This record gives sequence, C-alpha cells and structure tokens, in this order.
Amino acid sequence: MPVKKEPFFWLTLSSAGIILAFILLPLVHVIAAPSMESLWETFNDKDVRKAIWLSISTSGLAAIISLVAGTPTAYLLARKEFPGKRLVESVVDLPIMIPHPIIGIAILSIAGRNHWFGRAIQSIGVEIMGTTTGIVTVLTFVGLPFYINTVKAGLESIPERLEKVSRSLGASQTQTFFRVVFPLAWRSMLAGLIMCCARAISEFGAIVIVAYHPMVAPVLIYERFTAYGLKYSQPVAVWLILVSLALFLGLRFITLPSASKAKTG
Amino acid sequence: MIRIEQLSMDLPDFSLNNVDIHVREGEFFALLGPTGAGKTLILESVAGVGPVHSGRIFVDGAEITRLPPERRGVGIVYQDAGLFPHLNVEKNIAYGLRYQKKTEKKRLDWVKWLMERFGIAPLAGRSVENLSGGEKQRVALARALSVKPRVLLLDEPLSALDPAFREDLRNLLKELHSQLSLTCLMVTHDFSEALFLSQRAAVLNKGGVEQCGGVKDIFNRPASPFVAHFVGMKNVFPACGENGQVRVDCLNLSMPSNGRPEPKYAAVRPEHLLLLERKPVQDNQFGLFPAEIRGMVDYGIFCEVLLDYQDQTLVAAAAKSALMSMGLDAGAKVWVEIPQDRIHFF
Repeated sequence: MPVKKEPFFWLTLSSAGIILAFILLPLVHVIAAPSMESLWETFNDKDVRKAIWLSISTSGLAAIISLVAGTPTAYLLARKEFPGKRLVESVVDLPIMIPHPIIGIAILSIAGRNHWFGRAIQSIGVEIMGTTTGIVTVLTFVGLPFYINTVKAGLESIPERLEKVSRSLGASQTQTFFRVVFPLAWRSMLAGLIMCCARAISEFGAIVIVAYHPMVAPVLIYERFTAYGLKYSQPVAVWLILVSLALFLGLRFITLPSASKAKTG
Repeated sequence: MIRIEQLSMDLPDFSLNNVDIHVREGEFFALLGPTGAGKTLILESVAGVGPVHSGRIFVDGAEITRLPPERRGVGIVYQDAGLFPHLNVEKNIAYGLRYQKKTEKKRLDWVKWLMERFGIAPLAGRSVENLSGGEKQRVALARALSVKPRVLLLDEPLSALDPAFREDLRNLLKELHSQLSLTCLMVTHDFSEALFLSQRAAVLNKGGVEQCGGVKDIFNRPASPFVAHFVGMKNVFPACGENGQVRVDCLNLSMPSNGRPEPKYAAVRPEHLLLLERKPVQDNQFGLFPAEIRGMVDYGIFCEVLLDYQDQTLVAAAAKSALMSMGLDAGAKVWVEIPQDRIHFF
C-alpha cells in the first residue's frame, strides 16, 4: 500500500499547479485568440516581419557583444578574490534592478551632444538616438548581467585545479582557457547567451526612450495596441512568442547534456 | 634541488610564516601536518599556482619565485587527480606534449610507453570519469611525468584511495622514484606514508615548520609535543632536569641525564609500554608501576589500552591475541613497565 502523503506534499503540488496556470493561462489565451486569417495576414505584413527580425538580430548582436565583453569579466569574478569584488558584482547587477525607462534616459543623457562622451562617439560617426546602434546598446546594457551571472556560475563549477594542472603541463593562461575552461564552460556560455537574448528580446521600457524607430517588435505591439486595440496587437505578439520559442528551444536543446552524460553525471 | 627560503603569505584566515625547506636532488621529501597546516599552499607556491607574498623559491639553483607555472618545469598531482573530464585517458596524458619540441611520432611513442609503464594502456580510449580512484591517480602520474618535470609535487596522492589501491600506488611511487631518480615533494597527513616513501620530512603546524629532518629521526625523536602526538607518541609528560638527573615527576621516574640538555618533556610510544599481569620478582625495577585499565580501543589486530596511574592517563598498544591470553579487560589491574631506553626527552 502506498505511504499516505503528508499535507506538505499537497501544498507543493498545488503551489506548482497555481504557478503554472498563472504563467500559462494568459499566454495560451494570447496565442489562441487571433484567427488563422489574422495570423496569416500579420505574417505577410512587412512591418511586422521587419520588427521581429530587428528584435532578433539586435538581441543576437547584444548577446554576442556580451559574450566577448562579459566572458573575461565573468572569469575574473569567478576565479579571483580582490578588494571591492562585491561592489563590482553589485554594479554588474544594477541593470536588473534599475527601472528600464531610467536606463534609457541614462544612456541618452551621456550619448547626447551635451556630454563629452556623446560628442566623442558622434565625432567618430556613432549615433545612439533613434538608431539600431542605440537599440543594441540598450539591449547589451540590460542583457549583460544575465550573461555574466550565468557564465560566472558555470565557471565556478569547474575546479580551478584543472587550470593549475594545465599550467604545470606547459600551457599558458590563454591556452588553458581555450583547452580546458572553454570546453567545460561552453554550455553555460550558451545558456548565458540564451538568457541575455531572452532578456533583450522582451525589452521595451529603455528602447522606447532611446529608439522608438526603427521599431522593434515590442514597440510595434505597443503601438498597435494603443492605436488600434488588443485585436491588432495580438497576432504580432503571437508571432514574436512563436519565433522566440522556436529559437530558445533550439538553443536549449543544444545546451542540454546528452542522455548518457546526464545518467552518469 | 628545491630550496624554499623564508616563504610567507598572509591570507584572510591563514598565514604562512617564514618557511625554510631544502629538498635535495633525487630525494623524496614529505611535507607533513594536519589539515590547515599550510602544506598545499607551499606545494602550490612551488608550482607557481599559489600566492607568494614574501620569500624565494629556487629549483636547480635558479630562482623561480616570479616565473609563470608553465616555465617552471614542475609537475603536480593532486589528491583528486585533477584529470580533464572532456579528454579521454590518452589525451589527458598527451595534453602537455603539445608544448614540447617533439615530433608527432615521438609524442605518440612516449604516450604509449607511459601508458604501458603505468598499466593503463587498455584504458587509452576510456573517459576519465569512469575510472577507479587508483586508475585516475595512475593517469594523473603518467600525465605529470609526460613532460619530464625537474620536480614532481604530490598533494596527498594516496589519501582518497581505497586501501588496496593505496598500497598498489604507494609501491608504484616508490619504484618510480628510485628508477627515474625523481625529486619528489609530497604533502601528506599520514606519517606511515611518509615513513614508507620519503627520506626526509618537515612537520608543519599552523603555518610554520615544527621540525625538519630525517623521517625516521622525526618518528623516533620528535622535538615538540605537537610532533610527538603527530607521529603517534601518545604519552607525553612534563620533565625536568637538575644535578645530572632528569625527572618525570608524574610517573616518579628519575635517571641520569647522561649529558642531555635540560628537557621539558618526556615521551613514550604506546607500543613501548609493557603490560604485565603481575609484579615481577625484581622489586626495584626502573619504570615499573601499577595501573588500572580504563578502557580499550579495538583496531582489529591490536588494541590501544587506556591506563590510569594516579592522576595520569597512559596509552599502551598491544596485540589483541596477547591481551586475550592475559585475560585483560576494562577495570583490570596490571603492572606497567617503561624501559629506560624507550623514553625520549626533548
């Protein structure tokens, strides 16, 4: 006879059920609401396709920038102890905590002509306000903490001794990174890219201030909602959800360890 | 071969204080001490993968203190083997050969020879994650020796192994050391490993060297109560000397000093205490006193016998069969004899 379940078991089960319903109900409703005709019509809308592509390409670019710039920082935070480390970690986390319109305002305020930095980047032809560059800048800003924190956790799980052994066998620090650390950390780096990308694709608050045009998908959805109502914004939302889901599920599939590894691990 | 001079480091919860160690060429040297004594820190600073705040390290007469690890010619084997989990056995062993000036064929031949020498040739293509502890350590040793280091550092290489594998690897280490004339510096907290493998040793405690010298000398003549306890000399008592005599008052012992410097302590190994069922005929025998057995700790082949004498507790070790034939158990009264030549004063 099975052992009688305690009330705590039913509490965990019902809590999980409520949370799943809370997340899935609105999303399922959004996906199910538009008719096939309106979905097809939206798919053929050039502006929608352009906005979704812009969302994905700028998010992807922000993730790649995070990979290049964030990996060394994640390595430093995972491996070294130094005075002020906690402060650096807090600064890295700041974009998660600050309301995103403020991030937009902050970026604009230093990228404008009134700031030496703005004048400096404009003098070399870099324009932030109302450009794709501006969108990528904002997305990198909001996505970086997600990349750095994910990769840092992945690096911390790799024993530092492996690097020490590698060095004693004649490999330099760079060679050790590419021959030992990277092969063991690439899954967490890919997971970091996904996290960064996911955060970037959903960004609205900061983008709407820095670059309303060219229009990314969340801004387009917002515009259609305010101008034409729920019915016209829903199909765009569905396409953004489907494209993002396909992308993330694909990436997640790559990052999952193989079945045999999972068993032995 | 390895000379460590005044090595010090200050870490948030530990400091290493002016450590001086000299390991001779071809010597097997053991760094002994309990957990947290600073042994691994010293090893890693020689390998160049640990911090050095002050002091100098020399290998072969050349200073290596500020050299990057890859240019030191120092191999290291950790307790957990530290094998690269994404590489198979053969690739682990061949890892460092990329940085050696050898042709591809020579590299392959060398790896093959190492695998055969270490008895791991059948494992060549296996994932290192599926190896036993002993196999992992063999791979780690082969990998460390593949680049022909000038010095081999061993960080408790035997302590994570099952007893059978441990003995096997211990013999292999001894064999390799004598065959290849390796200079080895091994960290261990097990004195029996040091006794078996090394010629000289240093005992560390709280970041400082307590005693350094021949390993048998440390075993038989510890220089401090800490070292005495560490080498299993469990009976340590205060001692004093005056008028050409040394005395251990708590045991009512007194003997000629024979020119010994004034001692502070007297120590006796448990196996050197003799247990007698009844008082010997010679009444005035040296170091003879009655005691009561308080308890016994069974170690299988032998037992540790805890003895009460006045307000002192002594520890004796005796074969279990001997104790059984004497019919001794907790509460029994026995006579204890301490042979004069077995008492170590320091």
